[in-house]
Amino acid sequence: MSVTEATKTAETAAPAIYLRISNLWKSFGDFQALKDISLEIFDGEFVCFLGPSGCGKTTLLRAIAGLDLQTSGIVEQGGRDISTLPPAQRDFGIVFQSYALFPNLTIRKNIAFGLENAGRSKTEIAARVAELLDLVGLAAHSEKYPAQLSGGEQQRIALARAIATSPGLLLLDEPLSALDAKVRVYLRHEVKELQRKLGITTVMVTHDQEEALSMADRIVVMNQGVIEQIGTPTEIYREPKTLFVADFIGETNKIEARAAGPDSLSFGGMTLDSVAHGFAEGAEVVAVIRPEDVIPHRAGYRPEGPSDENGASNVIDVIVDEMEFLGSFWRTRLGGPRLGGIELVADLSINAARHLALTEGDAMTIELPAARLMAFAQTVGES
Amino acid sequence: MSLHKNFWCAIAAGLFVASNAMAQTELTVYTAVEAEDLKRYAETFNQDHPDIKINWVRDSTGIITAKLLAERNNPQADLIWGLAATSLLLMKAEGMLEAYAPAGVEKLDPKFVDNSNPPAWVGMDAWVAAVCYNTVEAGKLGLPVPTSWKDLTDPVYKNHLIMPNPNSSGTGFLDVSSWLQMFGEEGGWAFMDALHENIARYTHSGSKPCKLAAAGEIPIGISFAFRGAKSKAAGAPLEIIVPSEGVGWDMEATGIIAGTANLEAAKTLVDWSITRTANEMYNTGYAVVAMPGVAKPVEHFPEGLLEAMIENDFEWAANNRKAILTEWQSRYDSKSDPKN
Amino acid sequence: MSVTADAAPVRPPTGRPLRAKLGRDDYIMRGYMLAIMVYLVVALAMPLYVMLSKSFTTYGFDLATYEFQVSDQAGNFTAPPVSAETLNRELGAVPPEKLTTSSDGRLPATLFFPDFAFRSPVLYRIRGTTAGATYLIGSERHLGTEWSQVTSNDFRRVMLRPVASRGLDNFVSYFSTPALFRSIQNSLLISLISTVITVSLAFGFAYALNRSCMRFKGFFRLVAVMPILVPSLLPGIALVYLFGRQGMIRELLMGEEIYGPIGIVIGSVFFTFPHAMIIITTALAISDARLYEAAVSLKASRWKTFWTVTIPGARYGLISASFVVFNLVITDFGLPKVIGGQYNMLAVDIYKQVIGQQNFEMGAVVSVVLLVPALIAFSVDRYVQKRQVAMLTTRSVPYQPKPHRRFDWLCFSYCGLVAVFIVGILGVCQFAALVKFWPYDLSLSLKNYAFDVMDGGGWASYRNSIRMALMTALIGTVVVFTGAYMVEKTKGFGAGRSVFQFLAMLPMAIPGMVLGLAYIFFFNNPANPLNFIYGTMAILVICTVTHFYTVSHLTAVTALKQMDIEFESVAASLKQPFYKLFARVTVPVCLPSVLDISIYLFVNAMTTVSAVVFLYSPTTTLASVAVLNMDDAGDVAPAAAMGMMIFYTNAVARLIHVAISKGVLKRTQAWRFK
Repeated sequence: MSVTEATKTAETAAPAIYLRISNLWKSFGDFQALKDISLEIFDGEFVCFLGPSGCGKTTLLRAIAGLDLQTSGIVEQGGRDISTLPPAQRDFGIVFQSYALFPNLTIRKNIAFGLENAGRSKTEIAARVAELLDLVGLAAHSEKYPAQLSGGEQQRIALARAIATSPGLLLLDEPLSALDAKVRVYLRHEVKELQRKLGITTVMVTHDQEEALSMADRIVVMNQGVIEQIGTPTEIYREPKTLFVADFIGETNKIEARAAGPDSLSFGGMTLDSVAHGFAEGAEVVAVIRPEDVIPHRAGYRPEGPSDENGASNVIDVIVDEMEFLGSFWRTRLGGPRLGGIELVADLSINAARHLALTEGDAMTIELPAARLMAFAQTVGES
Repeated sequence: MSLHKNFWCAIAAGLFVASNAMAQTELTVYTAVEAEDLKRYAETFNQDHPDIKINWVRDSTGIITAKLLAERNNPQADLIWGLAATSLLLMKAEGMLEAYAPAGVEKLDPKFVDNSNPPAWVGMDAWVAAVCYNTVEAGKLGLPVPTSWKDLTDPVYKNHLIMPNPNSSGTGFLDVSSWLQMFGEEGGWAFMDALHENIARYTHSGSKPCKLAAAGEIPIGISFAFRGAKSKAAGAPLEIIVPSEGVGWDMEATGIIAGTANLEAAKTLVDWSITRTANEMYNTGYAVVAMPGVAKPVEHFPEGLLEAMIENDFEWAANNRKAILTEWQSRYDSKSDPKN
Repeated sequence: MSVTADAAPVRPPTGRPLRAKLGRDDYIMRGYMLAIMVYLVVALAMPLYVMLSKSFTTYGFDLATYEFQVSDQAGNFTAPPVSAETLNRELGAVPPEKLTTSSDGRLPATLFFPDFAFRSPVLYRIRGTTAGATYLIGSERHLGTEWSQVTSNDFRRVMLRPVASRGLDNFVSYFSTPALFRSIQNSLLISLISTVITVSLAFGFAYALNRSCMRFKGFFRLVAVMPILVPSLLPGIALVYLFGRQGMIRELLMGEEIYGPIGIVIGSVFFTFPHAMIIITTALAISDARLYEAAVSLKASRWKTFWTVTIPGARYGLISASFVVFNLVITDFGLPKVIGGQYNMLAVDIYKQVIGQQNFEMGAVVSVVLLVPALIAFSVDRYVQKRQVAMLTTRSVPYQPKPHRRFDWLCFSYCGLVAVFIVGILGVCQFAALVKFWPYDLSLSLKNYAFDVMDGGGWASYRNSIRMALMTALIGTVVVFTGAYMVEKTKGFGAGRSVFQFLAMLPMAIPGMVLGLAYIFFFNNPANPLNFIYGTMAILVICTVTHFYTVSHLTAVTALKQMDIEFESVAASLKQPFYKLFARVTVPVCLPSVLDISIYLFVNAMTTVSAVVFLYSPTTTLASVAVLNMDDAGDVAPAAAMGMMIFYTNAVARLIHVAISKGVLKRTQAWRFK
């Protein structure tokens, strides 16, 4: 992964670079928490740092804020080198997972906290607080204490406090993870909406892929102190660049396979077309296909038209070993002699399942579209 | 560092000057005189010298002595008025006293004046050892009235005696040094060996044995006459006994601390401290004062006290103090179990 | 493509890691922290160092620095001068161990002249061979290389004086003095016995409070902490009235003497009881009810449950309480001073050496000896406390006792007995204070309150104590709380913070006597620019704040740790200075703990004796020291009266504390109650 690549991907989204991180390292004793991180974030962009716990995403956020100084590397914000500046001399607002609302101050005073001592008159402050309370929809609660509000409400107050001073950069450190599922989904939308309205460059740390996919303009997937991939949600999801990304985001079938040609793979005694992968013929790889990309067909189905020169039509006859109803779709586990001991998971729409009248033990045929069958090197850290 | 020091010195000096400029001369006077007498002493002095204000630093003899010695390189006191001569001799040996012959010193009993010329200190009054005997408690126990020191070694008094520890009490030390002077070195220690068998415990302060006897906490306390007279006056069933062999004594004395910033005022006070007025003032509590012919009998004081006072060699006592205390401690202090 | 993703592993850059530019807040915080560190160094580390070095200051006679010349019968000096060292080598008059002495040692010159006779017409000359050689003729001090000529009669008055040097001689002579050495055994024994008794009694009490449904729990809790409000020597005075020769119930001792180990132990149990009780109650309160449910479901007997669940659960509390009590007893000075009789204890030895014999060096040696058990007890306690905190963080369900008639009555009777003991001791003191002349005149009077005509400083010392306690509470709370805040919230600066933590923990291990003595050595030195505070109220306040620093600091740190760690980050991101956050949020939220620190400092400043007994001056006498001095002078009843004045003052202070906590806090802590 290189910087230029990342830049290219996002060039169309926003032109001006607002935050630039170059060759950032952070070590705690012998442990390298961040390894040579380079990254650019554009003006007005909403970027998520996504990864499992311990991947370094929060460390990176705190380095940007100046709360935990990096060991080496440069952070530039709006063209200004802020690498070693104390937090108070940087320009950001921040919301923590705990919200860190001042428990003894009313909501109004919490929001006004950052507005004081900055040459604003009392009426100006009051007006700004009122505006912010309207913005987060909590005008009625201004005289309450934080402990009297629900988690979601507290979260919005923390957000209002963070943006009160109109900072150039908004940092969100797992802001939604302390909330229950319903509120979380609702607030995702709220926060995104607010960000769009204000046009404020935002960096959010999360370990929740759904959150990242639904909110971010671009996602930075991190693992073990390095950036695995930077891209838009669809890029990350549809075109993962490493097995880690493919595996961490969404569900995947991972199959031990060999490269049979520049765009074909063989496993289970079959050779199937795949995305062009660049491995040498015979190289051991991991073939990956997402369960929802598996196309179901009636048993014995064969595509019309000629199969390619390998004889591969990426069609396999399978047996339905197990069906699990997950509400909006069926998760099926597929086996059978043709798969040669490999178990595939396929998510079938309810319509498709009904259409095929599937039950456990039935035979069926599946198609693995070449464009969705990917190959990755095996040597990738555990997810 | 040196800059710092100068800074603090300047501040300290500033404060000092400021406080001095505000009022009349103030003297810091270290004393072991009983708290109840101090106010009277200052008032009487101020009748003659209203321009000198006395700031008393009062504590027991041991503590004031310790304080003075601890401060030897940086004295806080201007003068000492009312501390044991034995202690003043220690100060003198450290070169801490300003030799000064106060006006009229020739009128004092020479016993009460330091033998250097000019004297380093002058005496005020004597406090004399005595035995406080609680008639009620002794009567209950059937204890005979002792008349001599030797009587007190009689086993009948076992566990019924209390005396001050000479290591912490000036009175205790004057007892021990007088016994050594009266009975000789060997005889003195032999007497104390026998006495130790009867002692219930040693107290830290010299007045406590008599107060304990007054309260009936012990029938007999070895203390000093002045204390006994006061307790008796307060209504305690006490008999104050002057042992026939003679009694040790020490005097309260006055001396100027060398290097005092208020030398003139200090001299004025010392001059006054040996006047007739002052001696009469001492006489209200003490039966023996430095100026001959002044003393009138003090109520409750035992008969024949003056005659019983031994010829006390203060210098000998001061110079042998360390050796005596070490010996005393090794003989009697290691036996730490309470005796029954 | 993906093959190259993590090929060519990059190496971390070498060289110095980046250092943050410091903002204004950082400078202020570090500066302030350094200031408090300097305070702790000046008020603690340096005095202790000076004291330690004092214990190695030895005094000895340097015979080589004296020369004598003796005349013939006619008074002519024909013989050559000869040094004292030569004479001693020839005669063996003074064995080497006798050449070691203390600062007021004297060596008679006649020892070197076996045929000396004070009536002989022979004349003697003496001089030093160095400018510093000192000797006395009589009480006159001489020094230098000039000859002094004296007659035989005066020569017997010539005394050599020792010079100071450095070495271990003091320690050697300490351990070879049986009386002093015995004190170590005595102190350890008494502390051990008192610890076992106190901890057992306190455990029973705490157990009853936690595990029974007896009535009047609040009352018992209140009574149990009362001993904290009085100086440790007050129970000693009560014991004299109870078990002394004229004691009200002396028969209970069956002829044993109260002055001595028995008195010290009973008094120690009294004044250490609340400390043990509080620690054990905390330990019992955190034990997990689920364990008891499990025991019940396993049909374990009450007895078995006690030994398999209760005791192991409270073991850290018990160990911690043991060491705290041990430390309190072994370092306490007031109680053995009052009731110890001839039974020597280490802390009293320091007092006797310094006040009684003016032997400061030996006082320093005993202090060093006393530091050892105190330091050990302190370290073990710290270790155990850490473990206990770890237990606290696990989630447990608090135990709810169920009524059990017989057991509850048993607990009630037991607590009742303890309460009678505590209230009885205080009641006796109050009674003694009001009786005119025990035991001969039992009419009541206030004459024992006429402190002004007694030793100890009179009513002024009571006023001084209140002033001192208020200043200690105010200044101490500000210093301790802000100091704790800085050390908790300063970023980076690890080395400085570790040093600070160490300094803040140290006072707990330093016995008050040792601290007080160290202060004399350090502050009463004219070369010390801080010398001017010697003898003022300031030194008492500084000493007391330092003496009680650790517990206050830990209280503050605990409170601060409960604050969200991101408050400072939020304030920084909002470009607000830390002190605004401190004033607007930290202090108001921590106000209950701040008030706790204040009352703790106030009460201790009122009752402390050990550290300040060396430091008070005539204008700054203190009530607690007055209790000691009045008792010392034999004015036992006034001492009891003053002791009870301290008790009432502290009780009122506690009431005010409760009132503030409940009343004013309701306003500032509105957020808590909604």
